[in-house]
Amino acid sequence: MCGTCGCGDDDHITYKKLESGSDQQNHEHHHEHPHRHGNIVHIHPHQHKHSHPHGHVHHDHVHDHEHHEHDHEHDHPHGHSQSISLERNILDKNMQFAERNRGYFEALKVNAYNLVSSPGSGKTTLLERTIKALKEKPLYVIEGDQQTTNDAKRISEAGAPVVQVNTGNGCHLDAIMVNKASKQLDIKPNSILFIENVGNLVCPALFDLGETKRVVIISVTEGDDKPAKYPNMFQTSQLCIVNKIDLLPYVDFDMETFDSTLKKLNRNIEVIKLSARTGEGFEAWLRWIEMQNA
Amino acid sequence: MHELSIAMSIMEIVSAEAEAAGADKVSRIELEIGAWSGVEPDAITLAMEEAVRGSIASKAELIFLWTKAMAGCEDCCNEFQPEDVFKICPYCNSLNTHLLTGKELKIKSIEVVTN
Repeated sequence: MCGTCGCGDDDHITYKKLESGSDQQNHEHHHEHPHRHGNIVHIHPHQHKHSHPHGHVHHDHVHDHEHHEHDHEHDHPHGHSQSISLERNILDKNMQFAERNRGYFEALKVNAYNLVSSPGSGKTTLLERTIKALKEKPLYVIEGDQQTTNDAKRISEAGAPVVQVNTGNGCHLDAIMVNKASKQLDIKPNSILFIENVGNLVCPALFDLGETKRVVIISVTEGDDKPAKYPNMFQTSQLCIVNKIDLLPYVDFDMETFDSTLKKLNRNIEVIKLSARTGEGFEAWLRWIEMQNA
Repeated sequence: MHELSIAMSIMEIVSAEAEAAGADKVSRIELEIGAWSGVEPDAITLAMEEAVRGSIASKAELIFLWTKAMAGCEDCCNEFQPEDVFKICPYCNSLNTHLLTGKELKIKSIEVVTN
């Protein structure tokens, strides 16, 4: 259906929880029922999907049929037609779940960061280094990818509890997926949650996950005109990380052009430039996280 | 990109409302989509045609209201139609501007038929 990214319904979403430090995730199965395999829990959410789809629909049209003077003897071969004014936001359900997530995170004093970027910008490498640098802090990760548990394995090996959400055909994480994945993580109070969204600079911009802050990551190999090409994502983020700055001498990335374009799009966005691979500039990112907790 | 999942969300709301009203079918769905909502007109039109198939709204007339993007300037207080994503004020060249309309993603109304 969706010609660009094959975004579809959620029939094939799977959630896999990996315990930290485990190294037994090198086999993948496609099972029909929740069960345990080593320390991977397979859960298929569509089994309890749509249980009460009409349970909370609000109706506020007023019935005032007190005294209809005409009788109803004429029949209605073509039925009654009735217009219902809704004025409902289409993303209502996602927004409701996003606010629920936000409340849940606030109550637990959890800072949740929604990491968005194109595929291959270095989100997972950034997280691996962050987990190692913040060893003393309770830190959790939700990994979003269309397929595979590759990223979750890397996070798990770095030492953080992680749930891999495989969106199947979906091109983004939504608030409902984050809600389910957060519950599986059993997040402790006063901790940090990183949500690594599906690599895609378009669709995830529309879906609030209930995050504390949205962090957009761009690598210098992608070109300095990325913000102009994908404005939505840069306009809805609070922090922009420019990654792979160790490669700057080898690529045509004009940092001045990038900075001015970004500031024109979003004058409030903060910017941190670093290399997740070499660690250059990484202190600024760790300090930023520290400041959010203060 | 995400238009099909948006069309599915629309159908979820429409079906629930129609069922709650005791309707037998939905004859009209009126949607409001902003120019800067992140939803492409062609893609959402096609996605909606697919999404209604086999549903209570399979024969429904689909009405799309496309809302233009309008921005306001915080420095000179003028309103204008932004030329591009940077929303530069054409009156005073300021970048201190904000979007007034254009982000809409709404089901305005539906018309249902009860036999």
